[in-house]
Amino acid sequence: MSAPARTRSGRDDASATPRAEAGADAGGGTPSALHRSADSAWATLRRGVALSPEFTQGLALTVVFALVATVGKIVVPMAVQQIIDNGMLDENGADLGFVARAVAVSAALVLVTAFCSYAMNARLYKATESGLATLRRKAFRHVHDLSVLTQNSERKGALVSRVTSDVDQISTFMQWGGILLIISAGQLLIATVLMTVYSWQLTLLVWVSFLPLLFGVRWLQKLLSKAYLKVRERTGEMLGVIGETVVGAAVIRAYGTEERTAERVDASVLATRGAQVKAQRLSMAVSPFAEIVAAFAYSAIIVAGVWLGIAGALSAGELVAFLFLVTLFISPMMMATEIFNEAQNAIAGWRRVLGVLDTAPDIADPGAAGRELPRGPVSVGFDHVSYAYPSGPTVLDDIDVEIRPGLRVAVVGETGSGKTTFVKLLTRLMDPGEGAVLLDGVDLREVAFSSLRSRVVMVPQEGFLFDSTLGDNIRFARPEATDAEIDAAVAELGLGDWLGGLAHGLDTPVGQRGESLSAGERQLVALVRAYVADPDLLVLDEATSAVDPATEVRIQRALDRLTRGRTSVAIAHRLSTAEAADEVFVFDGGRIVQRGSHADLVKEPGVYADLHSSWVRSSA
Amino acid sequence: MSQGVTTAKPAVDSRVFTEGMRVLWVAIRAEPWVFAVAVAGASLHAAVNVASASVLGGITERVILPAFEQGRTTTAALVAAVALMMAVGVLKGLGLGARRLYAGLMQYRMQARHRRAVARKYLELPLSWHQRHPAGQLLSNANSDVEAAWQPLAPLPMAVGSVVMLVIAAAAMLVTDPVLAVVGFVVFPALGVANVVFQRRVTPAATRAQTLRSQVSEVAHESFDGALVVKTLGREDTETERFTRAAHRLRDAQIRVGRMRAAFDPLLEALPNLGVLAVLLIGVVRLADSAISTGDLVQIAYLFTLLALPVRALGWVLGDLPRSVVGWKRVSAVLDAKGGTDHGEAVLTGEDGLRVSAHGVAFSYADAYTGEPADDSGSGRDLDGSHHEEGGARTTVLRDVDLELAPGRVTALVGPTGAGKSTLTTLLVRLVDPEEGTVLVNGVDAREYAPGELSNATALVPQGTFIFDDSVRDNITLGADIDDDAVWAALRLARAESFVAALPESLDTRLGERGASLSGGQRQRLALARALVRSPRLLVLDDATSAVDPQVEAQILGGLREADLEGATVLVVAYRRATIELADEVVYLEQGTVRDRGTHAELLERSPGYHRLVTAYEQAAEQRAADTAARTTDQEAIR
Repeated sequence: MSAPARTRSGRDDASATPRAEAGADAGGGTPSALHRSADSAWATLRRGVALSPEFTQGLALTVVFALVATVGKIVVPMAVQQIIDNGMLDENGADLGFVARAVAVSAALVLVTAFCSYAMNARLYKATESGLATLRRKAFRHVHDLSVLTQNSERKGALVSRVTSDVDQISTFMQWGGILLIISAGQLLIATVLMTVYSWQLTLLVWVSFLPLLFGVRWLQKLLSKAYLKVRERTGEMLGVIGETVVGAAVIRAYGTEERTAERVDASVLATRGAQVKAQRLSMAVSPFAEIVAAFAYSAIIVAGVWLGIAGALSAGELVAFLFLVTLFISPMMMATEIFNEAQNAIAGWRRVLGVLDTAPDIADPGAAGRELPRGPVSVGFDHVSYAYPSGPTVLDDIDVEIRPGLRVAVVGETGSGKTTFVKLLTRLMDPGEGAVLLDGVDLREVAFSSLRSRVVMVPQEGFLFDSTLGDNIRFARPEATDAEIDAAVAELGLGDWLGGLAHGLDTPVGQRGESLSAGERQLVALVRAYVADPDLLVLDEATSAVDPATEVRIQRALDRLTRGRTSVAIAHRLSTAEAADEVFVFDGGRIVQRGSHADLVKEPGVYADLHSSWVRSSA
Repeated sequence: MSQGVTTAKPAVDSRVFTEGMRVLWVAIRAEPWVFAVAVAGASLHAAVNVASASVLGGITERVILPAFEQGRTTTAALVAAVALMMAVGVLKGLGLGARRLYAGLMQYRMQARHRRAVARKYLELPLSWHQRHPAGQLLSNANSDVEAAWQPLAPLPMAVGSVVMLVIAAAAMLVTDPVLAVVGFVVFPALGVANVVFQRRVTPAATRAQTLRSQVSEVAHESFDGALVVKTLGREDTETERFTRAAHRLRDAQIRVGRMRAAFDPLLEALPNLGVLAVLLIGVVRLADSAISTGDLVQIAYLFTLLALPVRALGWVLGDLPRSVVGWKRVSAVLDAKGGTDHGEAVLTGEDGLRVSAHGVAFSYADAYTGEPADDSGSGRDLDGSHHEEGGARTTVLRDVDLELAPGRVTALVGPTGAGKSTLTTLLVRLVDPEEGTVLVNGVDAREYAPGELSNATALVPQGTFIFDDSVRDNITLGADIDDDAVWAALRLARAESFVAALPESLDTRLGERGASLSGGQRQRLALARALVRSPRLLVLDDATSAVDPQVEAQILGGLREADLEGATVLVVAYRRATIELADEVVYLEQGTVRDRGTHAELLERSPGYHRLVTAYEQAAEQRAADTAARTTDQEAIR
């Protein structure tokens, strides 16, 4: 088939997962191995802010700017009042000199205010974005530190969203919410103090009037956070379904299911809209409620104030002044309810990011105590190793084997026989439940990661490539490798003719996930990559996919040369790999049921002989 | 890996404002009533806000002051005051609620409407169009672009309500004193200039930030996708560095945008304030000239202070406008895309296998696709959202292909990588139309058939398996009315029965991204069952068992022969020799043309290319024997 067609159809399948998942970036409702932090909202906020020191760096100065900017808002109303009272209504008629001076001072103050407002905004943007970048980095790094087990149980899209949209959710709050919350709190405090100076009874009354709002907001917030969660879930589902119309384009057309797919799209789009409108209804309910509470507070003050006045406890001037002060109290109160809404979003984002950070990486580097392995062919030992997946059946049962340095071992067995787990334990992608895996007699858990990863290299089944050039991908394991070294490696593996046949050689772009190359070529790149890494123990999970015979031959040749002089363990799906091995381990039901050379095993009746005969039938 | 950051340099469109207005007009025309209610709510809120000041003043004068002077008050007076205050509160709440609810409704409705439209367009456009557009880009068209387009709808009613207020205020000012009004209005050109400058500077910066945002997501996606490689090669540190670089580029771009917004917002607030001061200054002069009364001046000053809020609401809308225009253009590019599959009226008759033939068929792909960034809001595409596609270099994949698939026969399609095998399969089931030549089905041009005729009678199992986010049953039936017995029979034939039976909810188990995860081989077997359950008259398998163990593959292909498919015409794209040998006839494709056809034995004998290809394994064995000998020597050297 053609190269472009390959790119395309390769995308159809492989990307069915990642691409459709991209749609789920926004989704977050599915059960996942990563917990969502269960801390209270306040604790989440505190921990979240603490994670990024940038959020609070220079905050004091920002608050000063913010205070000036806030106070500056009253400059013009005050100027208007002053000019009218003193400049125009002066008994001597309009005083132009006074007005001119007042206007000049006010204009200067307006400019100062604008500058402070700019300085505050700019500082907030900078602090926020820097803090978010730090948060992204921390979460990203932690995702990579998680075990494969945890990584695999998560959808890739969901993991990506933890470093993208979840983090973005925090930004609005940090850009204006946080600072306004501080200012509003200050304003509330000042207003309360001033009001108390005039009348403590009325101040108490104002606070009592607003209590229902505070409780109402708390209660509403719970509903709201559920409603927002629903929106994110529905959005994730919707994007998944829309993704199907793109990624599944060929299948949908081949089976003529356009109409049905369109109905599915409609249903999910409408469900999303429904959830959005519902959440909107809840979130907007706060403001009218607050307006009515404010009206009630005014009414109560008027009635109570008049009574107090009649009783002689308050003068008319004091009551009027008090009514104006209440305005000063209400506007931050209204603002605070809005900010709480926004905070809900930010806290949800932080919870999900913290959820990642709180998931302990179960495969940890021993750190400073880690031991270095010496270079040279390595021996492998499995000392009574058993393994069971969390809440799953035992997949490896008391494996006790020894592999001599330089030996080439093939691992065979049916799907589910435990051969993949065997390999994962060997590369310390997982740790055994019981027993120990030993390299040169040292427990893998005691080996420093840097030493382990440089001496043990695994070539996974899917030769995943990064969207870059061939050379970059080969160099992935050892970035300092020169082009000459890579050329030498390619030649050594007998792939010179293949690389020579590519128009751009090492500069050939491989496309997303390497899909501009054929499956077989991707495997070749993975083999060269492993060769350049120059490990002492090579672990291979052979690809099952059929490749065209010419590439197949190249893979075989490269494999032979790659394993030369190294200890190697390969999960074999090909007869030829088993034939070429020094020893074959036959897995069945989590145990090694047969071991020996191909020539010996094929003669005795058993699992291996059965496998062999079906191989022979299919590739004869 | 090395994410070359494309310095986004979209053509700065000075007409962003006009275009933005046009986008908003699209929404207003689509949802006039929702919009009207939202604006009415906004106007009510604004009006009551203005009125509330005089209400409080009235109450002070008529209730509070008399009570203090007389030392007593009446219940009626207090009740009236409370009633007035509460009425103001309720009206304000009502206006605010209506504005926010309906503004949200409008935004969500427009989003839903365009997401449906975009998805329907995706379904309608031909496969060849899809092949030219990266999936990531199409997804972001339906997602973030739609969202960006309708972002300004949320503050729009408030802005419009405010404009209404502004116009009323302006009219009042003009009536009171034209000279003062004109002085104040100097502010507006200043606001206009500020806005134009802001839009010009922010548009490219925001577009760039948007591109960088998607790059951060791409790096994360790729890195997590390749987690196994990263982990097994111990490259976590360098990957984190790579991600951090992308995150920092985004941070810097966002800070740049932020700094502009940080300057714009205070400016919008300061200008009307300076206007008020100017009015006061000139006003006092006019007052001294006795051109106006004190009351007039107070009123104008008050009206002017009211302007601050509407101007800010306008600022919100204007601030979102550049992103909205970019988003809308990208959405429009999809909605305006031309293409569709034309159908005739012909009907397929009979029940037997189809006779399918290709005559002089040629096909080519545009080269542009490979290596294009998935989301290129700033780089690969122009601001106007056009996907640059036509007119580029093309790679010919098939030329002058003649082929005949006889009813009920099994044909194997063999050829090296890049020979055009997959493309040919898509032509035969009419997923795409040939550029030259024709594909005939039962003697009639495939283009002549009525919609559904061919897709109901044919089944293609593509190389890549696509599983819908749906139950096993629905993934097999795809909504067709097929009973469970038939589904199980198909699963049995595809050797998928046992693993489906072992799934927690059997046929009802949800698959796809939110469901059980299946291995590649299991997915392929489901895709096969999906094809088999339809008892197709033409079955095309494009390397459909590549991820299945050879032994299982042999069982499946053996099963096909025995099954109820004897009447069906079958085409198999094959690599493995065992598969090839199942076929009645082999077609050997090389470099886009049919080189030879015949039985396996015949081709082996007379076609050197074919011979080389299918005997490569044997060559490999010889090669290995030589290598093993070398290796033994190596090993001895080590010991």
